[in-house]
Amino acid sequence: MSKINLSVNVCNIQLTNPTILASGILGTTKALLKRVAQNGAGAVTIKSISVEPREGHKNPTVITFDAGMLNAVGYSNPGVVAAAKEFAGLQDVGVPVIASVIGTQKEDFARVVAGLSGSKFSAIEIPLSCPHTPGFGLLAGQGTPQGTFDITSAVRKVTELPIFVKLSPNIPEICAVAKAAEDAGANAITAVNSMGPGMIINIEAQKPILSFKVGGVTGDALRPIAVRCVYDLYKAVKIPVIGVGGISTGRHAIEMIMAGASAVGIGTGVYYRGIEVFKRVCEEMTLWMEENGFDDINKIVGAAHD
Amino acid sequence: MIEQPRMVKICDIWDESPSVKAFFFKFDLHFDPGQFVMVWIPLLDEKPFTISYIRNDLMGVSVLKRGMFTNALHNKKIGDMIGIRGPYGKGFGLQTNSNSCVVGGGIGMASLATVVDRLNDATIIQGARTASEILYQKRFKDMNLCTDDGTTGFKGTTVDLFRKLLTRRRFQKVYACGPEKMLYKVVELCRNHGIEGEVSLDRYIKCGFGVCGQCDCSGQRVCVDGPVFNIKELSKMEDFGKVTILKTGARVVY
Repeated sequence: MSKINLSVNVCNIQLTNPTILASGILGTTKALLKRVAQNGAGAVTIKSISVEPREGHKNPTVITFDAGMLNAVGYSNPGVVAAAKEFAGLQDVGVPVIASVIGTQKEDFARVVAGLSGSKFSAIEIPLSCPHTPGFGLLAGQGTPQGTFDITSAVRKVTELPIFVKLSPNIPEICAVAKAAEDAGANAITAVNSMGPGMIINIEAQKPILSFKVGGVTGDALRPIAVRCVYDLYKAVKIPVIGVGGISTGRHAIEMIMAGASAVGIGTGVYYRGIEVFKRVCEEMTLWMEENGFDDINKIVGAAHD
Repeated sequence: MIEQPRMVKICDIWDESPSVKAFFFKFDLHFDPGQFVMVWIPLLDEKPFTISYIRNDLMGVSVLKRGMFTNALHNKKIGDMIGIRGPYGKGFGLQTNSNSCVVGGGIGMASLATVVDRLNDATIIQGARTASEILYQKRFKDMNLCTDDGTTGFKGTTVDLFRKLLTRRRFQKVYACGPEKMLYKVVELCRNHGIEGEVSLDRYIKCGFGVCGQCDCSGQRVCVDGPVFNIKELSKMEDFGKVTILKTGARVVY
């Protein structure tokens, strides 16, 4: 067997490998989180939780195209009370679980974090960057430096857990937003959320396919943008960066880590390669490292920088 | 792989019962019995339906009028366009030479119709609330019928009728679809009698290709790992027969 080390430590959370299930994919139930963990993920993130239950947008909510996926699910979730029940006993999952928390105002974030405090989450992720849900993220000004500072500060007051702030790739001043998060006490940056929004029109129907008409773009189309964002953020902030966007192979993961990511999120990769994508990415990373004379993944973090 | 709806023309509409219509369209892809499509009405919504007719390149879905979407579909005319994407999911594993029984409750019979087409001499049990809601009366001969009100066939449930048949008949395999409480009891009977069984489950489905997690049943994605599950798989699925998940993701007990 190889002596390749894939384990990483992000904000004192020990991961057996750097792959993390990104929020919004398969994170609806504890049973699915457990299955993803059994398929090799180093950590998993739940689907975002708000104070009240939300039905989200009508179908179609997720569609694919030749370079990725377009989604406008609209943050459907059972609300914090039901979520606290669903995600009780998280030690069964077998890997660290990250809570994704949303709100329309900063007090909501604090309420959800408090409501989930009985569950054994390892970190709190706050996506301030959704491009397609009114009242949340970019559509509510949460992704500006000020909005990000205020919400991160509010969450900082109510939790000792590491806070990951998830940023949008759309914003030219992404580094300024990341610094605002860092100044407010964030412990890591998750980069990036879906980009856009984009639109796909069915030309026979002469109508957009998504019921919300527009949706966030993920997958292959997002990867070069995500890599650039992570590359810039690595220089701009001292806290670790978790790279997300279009990763579905070991080579993609290595590329993101070389840009400066301490760990990598995988979401649309589940569509490309199934739940086994986590295991496969790790195998491919190991193989690449063997072939290229590396023994520790931590040694290549930021390797692409001068 | 691109999974976007393709617009197709409705080329025929049949009345199956006062509340069920079959819609036919051309869709030249291979379908296994038990697989489903997502039917899209632009600007309205998109819902999953098991294919209930496979006739060369002609496909059909049998739709029960139940809510806003199915009402809109029932108002469609021949020549109107609908969007179709699929086929999705894992269908039934047919054993054509075995002595089998098909158990359908209500609109669940639609998911089993193409199974009956492929099996030569399956015993069919179909249950409905009342006589007029029995489906496929001309399509399938010699069905064992039951109704809640006794207006045709045996007065009682499909489970009662299945249990009754088991006292004098032996089956190797059972294929079932219907309300999940019914399926749970059918599976229990299969287990007790050493019969192989496969059932098709119903959950709220969004993406259809296994990424959104909406249709979870104890860690199994009904859209890609199912909708058809065998008895062995079901024995590990604690939610089967007990819990379903709403559009919000909230769990509700049946």
